[in-house]
Amino acid sequence: MTLDTLRLTAEEARRLLDAKEVSGAELWSAYADAIELRDPELHAYLHVCEDPGGDGLPLAVKDVIGTRGIPTTAGSKILEGYVPVYDATVVANAKRHGLRVLGKTNTDEFAMGSSTENSAYGPSRNPWDPSRVPGGSGGGSAAAVSGGLAPWALGSDTGGSIKQPAALCGHVGLRPTYGTVSRYGVVAFASSLDQVGPVAKTVRDCAFLYSIISGRDANDTTTVDVPAVQLPEGEELKGLRIGVPKEMNGAPGIEPGVTAAVNAALELAESLGASVEECSLPRSVDYGVACYYLVAPAEASANLARYDGARYGLRVDGDDFREMVMRTRDAGFGDEPKRRIMIGTYALSSGYYDAYYGTAQRVRTVIKREHDELFERFDVLASPTSPTVAFPIGAKIDDPVAMYMNDVLTIPSCMAGLPGLNIPCGLSDGLPVGLQLVGPQFGENTLFRAGHALERALAFDVVPERLRG
Amino acid sequence: MASGVGSWEAVIGLEIHVQLKTETKMFCRCRNGFGGGPNTQTCPVCLALPGALPVPNRRAIEETIKLGLALDCEIAERAVFHRKNYFYPDNPKAYQISQYDEPLCARGRLEVPTGDGVVAVGITRAHLEEDAAKNVHVAASGRIHGATATLVDFNRCGTPLVEIVTEPDIHDAETAKRFLQLLRQTVVELGLSDAELEKGSMRFDVNVSVRPAGSDELRTRTELKNMNSFNFAAKGIEREIARQIRVYEEGGAVEQETLHFDPAHEESPPLRSKEEAQDYRYFPEPDLVPVHPPAELVERLRGEIGELPGARIRRIAETLSYYDADVLVTGGLDRLWSDVVAAGADAKEAANVLANQFVATGIDPAAVDAGELAKLVAARAGIPRAAFDEALAHAGDAGFSAAPYLERKVVADASELDPVIERVIAANPAQAEAFRGGKQGLLGYFVGQVMKETGGTADPRVVNERVRAKLSA
Amino acid sequence: MAGITRDEVLHVARLARLELSEDEVAKFQAQLSQILEAVSKVAELDLAGVPPTAHPLAIANAWDDDVPRPCLGLDEAFANAPDREDDYFRTPPA
Repeated sequence: MTLDTLRLTAEEARRLLDAKEVSGAELWSAYADAIELRDPELHAYLHVCEDPGGDGLPLAVKDVIGTRGIPTTAGSKILEGYVPVYDATVVANAKRHGLRVLGKTNTDEFAMGSSTENSAYGPSRNPWDPSRVPGGSGGGSAAAVSGGLAPWALGSDTGGSIKQPAALCGHVGLRPTYGTVSRYGVVAFASSLDQVGPVAKTVRDCAFLYSIISGRDANDTTTVDVPAVQLPEGEELKGLRIGVPKEMNGAPGIEPGVTAAVNAALELAESLGASVEECSLPRSVDYGVACYYLVAPAEASANLARYDGARYGLRVDGDDFREMVMRTRDAGFGDEPKRRIMIGTYALSSGYYDAYYGTAQRVRTVIKREHDELFERFDVLASPTSPTVAFPIGAKIDDPVAMYMNDVLTIPSCMAGLPGLNIPCGLSDGLPVGLQLVGPQFGENTLFRAGHALERALAFDVVPERLRG
Repeated sequence: MASGVGSWEAVIGLEIHVQLKTETKMFCRCRNGFGGGPNTQTCPVCLALPGALPVPNRRAIEETIKLGLALDCEIAERAVFHRKNYFYPDNPKAYQISQYDEPLCARGRLEVPTGDGVVAVGITRAHLEEDAAKNVHVAASGRIHGATATLVDFNRCGTPLVEIVTEPDIHDAETAKRFLQLLRQTVVELGLSDAELEKGSMRFDVNVSVRPAGSDELRTRTELKNMNSFNFAAKGIEREIARQIRVYEEGGAVEQETLHFDPAHEESPPLRSKEEAQDYRYFPEPDLVPVHPPAELVERLRGEIGELPGARIRRIAETLSYYDADVLVTGGLDRLWSDVVAAGADAKEAANVLANQFVATGIDPAAVDAGELAKLVAARAGIPRAAFDEALAHAGDAGFSAAPYLERKVVADASELDPVIERVIAANPAQAEAFRGGKQGLLGYFVGQVMKETGGTADPRVVNERVRAKLSA
Repeated sequence: MAGITRDEVLHVARLARLELSEDEVAKFQAQLSQILEAVSKVAELDLAGVPPTAHPLAIANAWDDDVPRPCLGLDEAFANAPDREDDYFRTPPA
């Protein structure tokens, strides 16, 4: 049977395997063939694996997630050729469920970016329009899923790196509640913000993948027990209270087409029985980006300090240890990691800690409290995921601050450790628009329920128009 | 101390690091301690591989709290780990997980009994951190300078380390030494560490400054690092005090500097220049959550402590002299002493025997039957020295009984000894002549010969008297 | 508060062990100034009485029992090592 990998969901693939309508090898080949056909253009993958055999569902894995025996570069030259000797817990969990690692997907270097243009190995391209970015940092996983090169994928989200590419590429992505998915084995960017999450074509696939990878891990003391995942089935939203923070819709740079698609989706939600009401996050949106770009780089400056050429990765020699370290890091890191390391170092340095990092951590409390207050009245908060649709490759690369503003809508809930789901809700100028649903802590099941019902009602075709047969 | 025109007071503070002898490292479950060859006790965490995360060792936390309680500290309601950021080959994450402004223990005190009374030394803080790896600097010539490479062994990396900082409450080298000895004994008795200086399981640095006696100013201090014995440290401190006094008396100023006493074991990156003071950029460790020591845990640990060496010295010094109390406790003999006294021996005599003779036998005090030893002590004056020594040498044997030794009496009757003495004198006419001629020292020779003739059972005092009498006759 | 001087760029680069070329110093000075300008916004808020959030979850006392687990074999430990001498990691002299 010919498999349309562009349309095939993980759930459907599982059904075909269980019904013996397709073999494990055939399924793998379908993706291998698709990769051979379309990846030269999309550049979703940095490494493609050999079929390990068996009939587990294939899974693409973002290249910041450690995979034993499979090269893991974090999109950087400083880890070129690095092959981990241990699996990240999320990968071990996936393998225990029989999943097969299809390959490692492209990412902005050390997950720092919103377009995947910061990858040291070249950008990935949006399957809807290859002259445009797929979003970032997880643009590789996004391009793979939307481009039919994987049924689903693992991504990582620090300030929006799962949700935003999902919006730009038109598929589903979940950023889980902080602490529900282990970070052990995942190349660290910002420890108090990083979370691994599922990237898929449907909400149900997302929910299922989340149930596989989530849970308390003894190797990561920031993880906690997770409520059982309920795979969503219902198609109505009776009783669901949706809050729409006005600052999200009024944030700088939101395209009219984005607003229109999101508003249409919210009207649809109402027709399904949800109540939709405007609300306010007085300071979270306004100050979220500034807060994030102090906290994340500060933690990153310490997390990236171990890349020094001593025990693994790139080494550029020097007359003494210090020289080796400096030369290695200068040659191995691209501009974006360097910028963030320096900002982070500055924010922590003597004399500046209180004004920068210390203050940002307190702003974080403000953001968390504002969200907590809203969740006393609402079940989910809705907004666009990204202010714009996919922009052309190269359009924002020379303006770091403009690039940072891509995350203005995803960042606030990240700072509060809250889960967020992107579902595609329409098109603007022929490009996908994403709807972001943010839930309270451990509110994944609410997100799945809301997302699934809306997804069914919206009937958005996740296959990029130009790739439809 | 007085010197020159004015008199001066030394101000000394100590910083001590103690490796805990837990089974596993502080933030990973690799085996802790000496074991196999280099780099055989490593894992992604202590090698700082990408993606590794720390997981605290529960026992290390408990033992730090226990040590804090033993040092009379307040145990924090909330303690936090911090990252201390700096680059060095033995620091693979390029940050050390340590504690900064929310340590586990703070504001304590260790009372150090001395010959002049008790010196209360404030403990500013005791916190928990991880040890660095071991650097080996390789040079073609074998010298440190001109090293061609650094070889790193990560077996030690991540060992739990307790850092103890004292207030500058110490004012002389001897007290500093006593403090360190007492701290070491406390740590060892609590079972937390072997605290061996040569092996590096206890390390310490000393801060020294001086000021005019009676003032409370704090002048510039010098840091003395990597001293590998308490005696050496005391000498080093004394020399530094004298040097600083000299500098001030000559009208100069003491500069802040660090004196490295064992550069081969340099553990932190030396400063490149004075301008580049280390900025550690401390911030709370985001991979670890805070520690809120539960009250029941703290109380359980407090109950496990028992009477500490310092307290035992002070208690025993109420009966004996401070010196005797100190010798007994620091020698690990005080428990045996207590038991021997309880069995009826005189306190001072028992102390004398234990501190002077028993200690030389090398016998484990725990192996000794206190009741039997008490009998021996009581009978000491009445049995020959040789019998007593022999008995003591067997005091640790299973089933030891003092009885057979007590039967060997001292011969003190002059009428029994005189014939022997006369025999010995007759057998040594030359020495007798010499003695009578003025060589009084030869008395010892005759006494010795008589003791030999009597198999050590003669009472030496009586022999002494009678030999003198006969030789003078 | 915003704006970063050239000396400050050199200082943080040194602290972070990044060896920058002259061009890089100039470029980063401009970009970092821009970024600092944007993030300095946090100073506008009234944060009196607001404590810092270090962790999104209010958990405490996460630790593990003192029980050994297997260590890496030597080959694994050195699998990606740029320079191994016998069983040591070798670097230029510190």
